[in-house]
Amino acid sequence: MVTQVLSRSDDGQVTTAAILAVEKVSFRYSLSQFGRPWTIEEASFDVAPGQVLGIVGPNGSGKSSLLKLSAGLLRPESGIIRLAGQAIGNLSPLAIARTLAFVPQEQAHEFPFTVAETVLMGRFPHRQAGWWSMGMEAEREEDLSTAHRAMVEADVVELADRLVSDLSGGERQRVMIARALAQEPRILLLDEPTAFLDLNHQIELCSLIQRLAKERSLTVVLVSHDLNVASLLCDRVLMVKDGKICAQGTPVETIRPEVLRAVYGCDVVVDSHPQRGVPRVTLGVVQ
Amino acid sequence: MPNGQATPLTSTAGGAPVSGSVRSPVVAGWARTGAIVTSRRRWLVLIGLLVASVVVVLVSSCFGAARVSGRDLLAALLELVTVGRIDGAVDETTGAILFQIRLPRVLMGFLVGGTLAVVGAALQALLRNALADPYVLGVSSGAALGVALAMLLGLGTIAAVVSVLPLWGFAGGLMALILIYRLAQSHGRLPIHSLLLAGVILNAMLTALIMFITSIMDPARSAGLIAWLMGSLTPQNWTGLAGIALYVAIGGLALLYQAPALNVLTQGEDTARSLGIDTERIKQRLYVLTALLTGAVVSVSGMIGFIGMLIPHAVRMAIGSDHRLLMPASAFVGGMFLVLSDTVARTAFAPAEIPVGVVTALAGGPFFLYLLLWRKDRMV
Repeated sequence: MVTQVLSRSDDGQVTTAAILAVEKVSFRYSLSQFGRPWTIEEASFDVAPGQVLGIVGPNGSGKSSLLKLSAGLLRPESGIIRLAGQAIGNLSPLAIARTLAFVPQEQAHEFPFTVAETVLMGRFPHRQAGWWSMGMEAEREEDLSTAHRAMVEADVVELADRLVSDLSGGERQRVMIARALAQEPRILLLDEPTAFLDLNHQIELCSLIQRLAKERSLTVVLVSHDLNVASLLCDRVLMVKDGKICAQGTPVETIRPEVLRAVYGCDVVVDSHPQRGVPRVTLGVVQ
Repeated sequence: MPNGQATPLTSTAGGAPVSGSVRSPVVAGWARTGAIVTSRRRWLVLIGLLVASVVVVLVSSCFGAARVSGRDLLAALLELVTVGRIDGAVDETTGAILFQIRLPRVLMGFLVGGTLAVVGAALQALLRNALADPYVLGVSSGAALGVALAMLLGLGTIAAVVSVLPLWGFAGGLMALILIYRLAQSHGRLPIHSLLLAGVILNAMLTALIMFITSIMDPARSAGLIAWLMGSLTPQNWTGLAGIALYVAIGGLALLYQAPALNVLTQGEDTARSLGIDTERIKQRLYVLTALLTGAVVSVSGMIGFIGMLIPHAVRMAIGSDHRLLMPASAFVGGMFLVLSDTVARTAFAPAEIPVGVVTALAGGPFFLYLLLWRKDRMV
């Protein structure tokens, strides 16, 4: 443990303010090999409504696994994950999908769906058709207007009739976020949302995420390998190394040279962002 | 949850220029540009395809070793509808050809083609790959092995009433499908090359087992088995047709019911699960339904290939990927395609008949290769 800041679940109590609480969760891939090290070991953190939490760490540290555990896509071997107070293991996939939306890093685009069709898939967990519709029901008024609003939010309305497979990386990322918003979630989980984006799209996406958190009190948890994005965007940062959370707190508390040396094993220069005052990470002198 | 009552996304007015009641212009726009398929458009397409199917079935019924004129066909049909039997509108031979031989065969062809196309569409969504096809993947071979085994052991019918060959086909197809999925999957993904490779290997092994069965059968029966294996729609009768129609109706409707879930499933496993799909359960359902349908059609028509890949692909190009329209539309188009292929098989070298499986493979194989070459970069 390098630092342990602002961890309200240290005493094991469920904090009711948290919309997502991860308590002492351990997980490893492949049940057959018991000798395998933990992918995630004894991880505990929680997120309050409207907060933006960033998970950062080196490649292979378990960032994405931690996110997928939080989304209920992976089952922990021990520990518990609570979504709005309820254990996620007891919730049906549909119930989870009505509260939590997950945007994966990569997405299959084998089939030519339009942007509007893709965003409307976000309404799937809210579907109410009975068996007599034989799967042929039409979208309800409400589904269409919610999808449209989500597309306005994510700025993809103009793309409605384009095929997702024909879009650029940045546009596609916004479509996936629009689909997630169409789920009307209270928590949005994003896996490396800025990974394949140009600078301008990164900025657009960051401001979109911040707007959603502030205006809609949407809770956002995102994985990023870009420390500067995390610093600018997040209220709190989790540092993950070898499956363990080794620091959590505000960007100022966590993005510090000694913490980064312990997590990444290299020296970097950390100063202040000229406009926002948050930590800024620059590569150190390379010999 | 004192602080947890986060304002839902919908109830906040926000800066969005849109609120609840503005659906019409938006949706009208989406419908006009084809961004979504409205249910009105869906029904129009399906009614159009239904009409086309009726025409294709009737026209095809006139062609064969013996030609029947269109006027005779219509007169006979009219009489059948008004009087209830054939009584003088056409001579007895023509009536027998039409109603005992031609129509059952053409309708069976329609049923088989439509079913194979729907199964192909469902498999493509399940495997997230537009090249999936029951024939290429070895599901048809598995079903054929089940049927051949039942024939060898003389277990084809129970009490000579209901044919249970489809169930043997179902068992064989299910086994093959589960094997394929397990073989091709790696780290939650289904790369196209491992799918095709697994299909090739499985096909080779299953074909060897089928050949083994035909070689130990007595020659008189094995000749029939081999003819059936090549994919053929002869001979058919109304009882057999009704039996298969029952299997196909149950399986097909249950598959259609999964259409919205299939849409979501195409987006990848993690996305599907995060949208509320119980992926394990839906995969099991799709295994069972596609294997049941494949087993049913293979038991009557043998190995008819490429329809399951060719038709959904072509239909998707024309009307998009929404399975609520894609699956029923593929059923009609697949049915028409096989009826026309069978008409070619009957007439091209008349009085000799080519197995219809040869015709569909010659039409579908090159298309498959074209997709593999032209879209190679997008298949990985």
